[in-house]
Amino acid sequence: MTTLLEVSGVSVSFDGFKAINNLSFQIGNAEMRAIIGPNGAGKTTFMDIITGKTRPDQGRVIWGEKSVSLLKMSEAQIARAGVGRKFQRPTVFEDQTVFDNLLMALKNDRSPWRVLMFKPKFRDLGKAEELASEIGLSDEIHRKAGELSHGQKQWLEIGMLLAQEPRLLLVDEPAAGMTLAEREHTTDILVEAAKTRAVVVVEHDMEFVRRLNCKVTVLHEGSVLAEGSLDHVTANQDVIDVYLGR
Amino acid sequence: MKNTFLMRNPSVLIFLGVLALFTLSVTLLSEATGAALISTSFVKTLGKTLCLCLIAIAMDLVWGYCGILSLGHFAFFGLGGYMVGMWLMYERTRGIVETSLAQAQIPPTPQEVVDAIGTQIFGVVGSSDFPLVWAFADSLPIQLALVVLVPGLLALVFGWLAFRSRVTGVYLSILTQAMTLALSLYLFQNDSGLRGNNGLSGLQNLPGLDEVPQSVVSIWFFWVSALALGLGYVLAAWVVSGKFGSVIRGIRDDEQRVRFLGYSVEGYKLFIFVLTAMIAGVAGALYYPQAGIINPAEIAPIASIYLAVWVAIGGRGRLYGAVIGAALVSLVSTWFTGGQAPDVPLGFYTIKWVDWWQVLLGGSFVLVTLFAPKGIGGLFDLAQGIVAPRRHGQALGPGQGALQEKEAQE
Amino acid sequence: MRHFLSFLLALALLALPMGAAAGPVQDILQSHRALIEKSSRKTIQPAIDALANSGLPQAQTLLETWQAKDMWQRKSDGLFFLGRSAGNGAYDLIDFDTGDSVGQADKGDLDQLKPNSGIRALIGTALVQFQLSDPDPARRWDAVVAIERAPAADHLAPLRKAVTNEPDAALQAKKRRLERLLTIAFDPELSSRIVAINGFRTDLGVDVRATLNPLLSTQRRVFAGEPDKALNIAAVLKPGSEALSRDAAYDMLVSAGLAMPRVSPAEIRNTLAAHVADGAVGGVPLAQLNTDAARTRAYAALADAGKAPPSVTDADVDAALASHSFADVYDEPAKAVTDAAQEALRAIQLRVGLNQALDLGLDALSLASIYFLAAIGLAITFGVMGVINMAHGEFIMMGAYTGYVVQQIIPDYTLSIIVAIPMAFAVTFVAGVAMERLVIRWLYNRPLETLLATFGISIALQQIAKNIFGTQARPLTSPAWLDGAWVLNDVVGISYIRIAIFVLALIFLGVFLFIMKRTRLGLETRAVTQNPRMASSMGINKDRVNMLTFGLGSGIAGIAGVAIGLFAKVTSELGSDYIVQSFMTVVVGGVGNIWGTLAGAAMIGFLQKGIEWLNPSNTLAAQTYMIIFIIIFIQFRPRGIIALKGRAAGD
Repeated sequence: MTTLLEVSGVSVSFDGFKAINNLSFQIGNAEMRAIIGPNGAGKTTFMDIITGKTRPDQGRVIWGEKSVSLLKMSEAQIARAGVGRKFQRPTVFEDQTVFDNLLMALKNDRSPWRVLMFKPKFRDLGKAEELASEIGLSDEIHRKAGELSHGQKQWLEIGMLLAQEPRLLLVDEPAAGMTLAEREHTTDILVEAAKTRAVVVVEHDMEFVRRLNCKVTVLHEGSVLAEGSLDHVTANQDVIDVYLGR
Repeated sequence: MKNTFLMRNPSVLIFLGVLALFTLSVTLLSEATGAALISTSFVKTLGKTLCLCLIAIAMDLVWGYCGILSLGHFAFFGLGGYMVGMWLMYERTRGIVETSLAQAQIPPTPQEVVDAIGTQIFGVVGSSDFPLVWAFADSLPIQLALVVLVPGLLALVFGWLAFRSRVTGVYLSILTQAMTLALSLYLFQNDSGLRGNNGLSGLQNLPGLDEVPQSVVSIWFFWVSALALGLGYVLAAWVVSGKFGSVIRGIRDDEQRVRFLGYSVEGYKLFIFVLTAMIAGVAGALYYPQAGIINPAEIAPIASIYLAVWVAIGGRGRLYGAVIGAALVSLVSTWFTGGQAPDVPLGFYTIKWVDWWQVLLGGSFVLVTLFAPKGIGGLFDLAQGIVAPRRHGQALGPGQGALQEKEAQE
Repeated sequence: MRHFLSFLLALALLALPMGAAAGPVQDILQSHRALIEKSSRKTIQPAIDALANSGLPQAQTLLETWQAKDMWQRKSDGLFFLGRSAGNGAYDLIDFDTGDSVGQADKGDLDQLKPNSGIRALIGTALVQFQLSDPDPARRWDAVVAIERAPAADHLAPLRKAVTNEPDAALQAKKRRLERLLTIAFDPELSSRIVAINGFRTDLGVDVRATLNPLLSTQRRVFAGEPDKALNIAAVLKPGSEALSRDAAYDMLVSAGLAMPRVSPAEIRNTLAAHVADGAVGGVPLAQLNTDAARTRAYAALADAGKAPPSVTDADVDAALASHSFADVYDEPAKAVTDAAQEALRAIQLRVGLNQALDLGLDALSLASIYFLAAIGLAITFGVMGVINMAHGEFIMMGAYTGYVVQQIIPDYTLSIIVAIPMAFAVTFVAGVAMERLVIRWLYNRPLETLLATFGISIALQQIAKNIFGTQARPLTSPAWLDGAWVLNDVVGISYIRIAIFVLALIFLGVFLFIMKRTRLGLETRAVTQNPRMASSMGINKDRVNMLTFGLGSGIAGIAGVAIGLFAKVTSELGSDYIVQSFMTVVVGGVGNIWGTLAGAAMIGFLQKGIEWLNPSNTLAAQTYMIIFIIIFIQFRPRGIIALKGRAAGD
């Protein structure tokens, strides 16, 4: 399995506090990975580093077959390179319709001039419809995103992520605030997505992680504590001490 | 495309219709081309108001749609005015100088003509040499190009600096205000090459058309202003209607999210900033020939803040709102400050509106901000029965993407 | 009886010449009688010198009398007396030598000596030596000051004599210094001048520079061939260089009569116009005369015909310039003196430069304190609460007007300032709290709208102030003890009012730190700033904290207004003059941190003064460049000098 993303020896500190400490991590194509860890373990900062929001003090972040460094790229360039990110809280553009939201996310030329001259082609329209039905929002496609329920917003955001056609999906607590039925739907979407691309899920909910049925990485104080199947890591004494035992 | 665009934006057609009707009725009522029911000076006021509406559209584009509260667009407006003013003043002075030199026995050399023009124009700041910035003052096409190029270039440099360092929100507002202040202070200097605080004057006279009366000139400018406003409106509506509009509204609501979608936010902001600066330049280039004079005080930061006030009162985030706000506030302001509004005797004190208009404006502005954040444009929503989605959750609730919460973080 | 008396008098008068002429003063006067009677500035000097150098104690009285036009000459025998009017046109005559009255004379028998102002000045110079040794210290001091004001070569000798026996130490030092300065300027001895010059190398006094600079004054002169080697030449100038343009060099030749004057384009034009004949000049048709080439041709034709002076071609100019040389020549002939003066001035300039830097630093410090004062209130509302208050400048203005109103009620300036400061705080505190209650609390979390709403308040307040107080500036007078300046030397000085503002800024800093770190309000404010929801759940009344914080920020703006009003004009635009700089200060310094505000104020203050120093004529340009600098600075530190990092920064 080829490596899609390789993070090695990354450290970052805020005003002396080491949020990430010599962290190494890698993930291949079409792989699902769950990241768990207690509060302050550096999960969000880890995602910030990959997506270019935070610059690490040291370390390397290597991407793709051509092994380009992500550290020199802007957030937008990283996103165009194929890294999609879903935030903890649903962030969709509430003032615009579901359709507009999806259209904006669709993989197309992103330069201002091309966007200004952009005319939605039949293919784009079809893609948007298809995505909407995939996330179960076909009936809501011309409603404003702000009018959706919390769960629907989550799905819309995942739909926008899929529309980007990323090679790596970073998903931060997708199941937070969802009903049981909604969770199942979310799991299905993620598992389906992981067949064609790499998916990294940050989650607290063990039940949800178990359902994903994938390799798990445990973070603690900014570095990897354990890695393996869920059963493997939950048996690890260190993990029990810092996380599960409490 | 045109069809579908207009179909999707019926308000554009309505606006163009209203504008055409207004232009026609003013034409029919003016001194030059109609029943002479409207004085020439009022035609000029109306023409100027149309220019202000145009810059208000630019402001709405940059603030209402893209979320950049620029307090510097009047600087671009003024620069546009200066650019066209340079040509007007140069050519007109040349006409005068050539007439007077033709009286002499010996015909003047070209250098003598230029020197005499220089003395005429710059005598007031104790100089007679043409500064470098006047290099193209004798060429109308070049100066007209500069009307958009100079504001565009300034916006490009400033915007590039500001956006690439991720200055946003009120920081950006203050920075744009500083830029405006710097420009006006610079122009106030006598050696700025633009006649210091005297500014450029006599702009209402078109060179070579001395025999055309002002009443006719004023209606010409009125037409051109109306045309520019119409074109500007269509351009702005086109820009905001498609996917581009989607992106810039996204930037307004959640800049970070747009960035993670792979759009270079800085590029879009820069595009809008430069585009609106150019529109502002065109508006200024049409405004100042009707005003007759331009000086650095016009560029002072407060003018740009007033611009934001107009747009806010009219209703930001909708183009017709900006036009209504600018037209209403500037016309009412003219009415009050022109001493036409009747005094209000209170017995112990008489309210003279010349003195109290600013207080009224400031107060009503606070009220609009507090109680009608959508401005006058919000009335149209009421009329259409559109109810705003009320799904913002609690204050700073989970809906991070909401406009309200996003602003809280800035 | 009466006849007898007049006879006696006549007898006495006849006898007097013998007796009076015996006095040494009268002898000197008589020996220079012709000069004195002629009373001409050009020739009188020997007479004055003879008197002044006689060493006689009466000489001073005589010279003073003469200067005061009280010296009379008796027509009958030509003797000089001090005349005092005795009424009825008669004068008491007093002998200079003895000081005794020698009787009266009618005005008709006397000639009053009326020295003109030139002569009186000469007498004054001669008197200096007496005044310098006068028993009255005040008069000695006056004499020294008089010499300082108008030094002359003649003062040198008497001054030297008066130095050593001066009892007053301060006065002696002053005299000694003046003697050294006069030595530089007037001593005939080269070596002693150079010694004196070298002695002043470390002196910063303006008087020293005023003495040394004239030594280095030059004349620009033109020489046929090489410059005269005998002259003390400062610099040989090449025409066409920066110091001497070709045109200026040629003009020098022309005015020295060494070259033909050039015919200016305007003269050519006038000459041509004067010689128009049959629609042409010099064979060139009028219509073609709109180029310089054609005009030159026409003029050349006129010149050939002898109708106009020939024009000077560029070749002529080149030749003339090549055969002459130009040089700046020192007025002072001695090279050793000019070299020493130059050396000394260079040394002094270096020290002056250092001191000017110090002075500039003090100026910048005081400007920084002003910005700090103006910005600290804004830093509280902007930084701590995240609220943009565009009306902050108007609170400053309100404070200043409060000070003005208090001064109208309490005429004593000291007392009124003491009252005004808490009053200004109270007024603006109330205004701030009212504004927070009525407007801002509804707009929390909408910073751009807060900005615009407070702007609305700002224009309303400004107009109201204009309506109440009018448009003209109102005075806010500082107490007398704040007038004047603390002067370190001739270069470094700072006015007391600026020191007071600096102290006030320090006090504010202290008070602010105290409130934030040591009081309940400060604790609650910091808690609300960092995490409003958590603070609320801890039982902190968020509304109250916000209200008080806003009031505090506004109140401080009011006090700043009183301070600013003391040196700036109090107008309704006072606030808007400072608002942009205040914003800059907060933004440059970094939001949410008082030390950041301090750093921002210091940076902007020093920057502005620094740019003004580089470009002293133009404060407008200085401000422009400063703002541009700040815009660029923000590029590198978008969050200000002292920036919060990481999660606390909230991104």
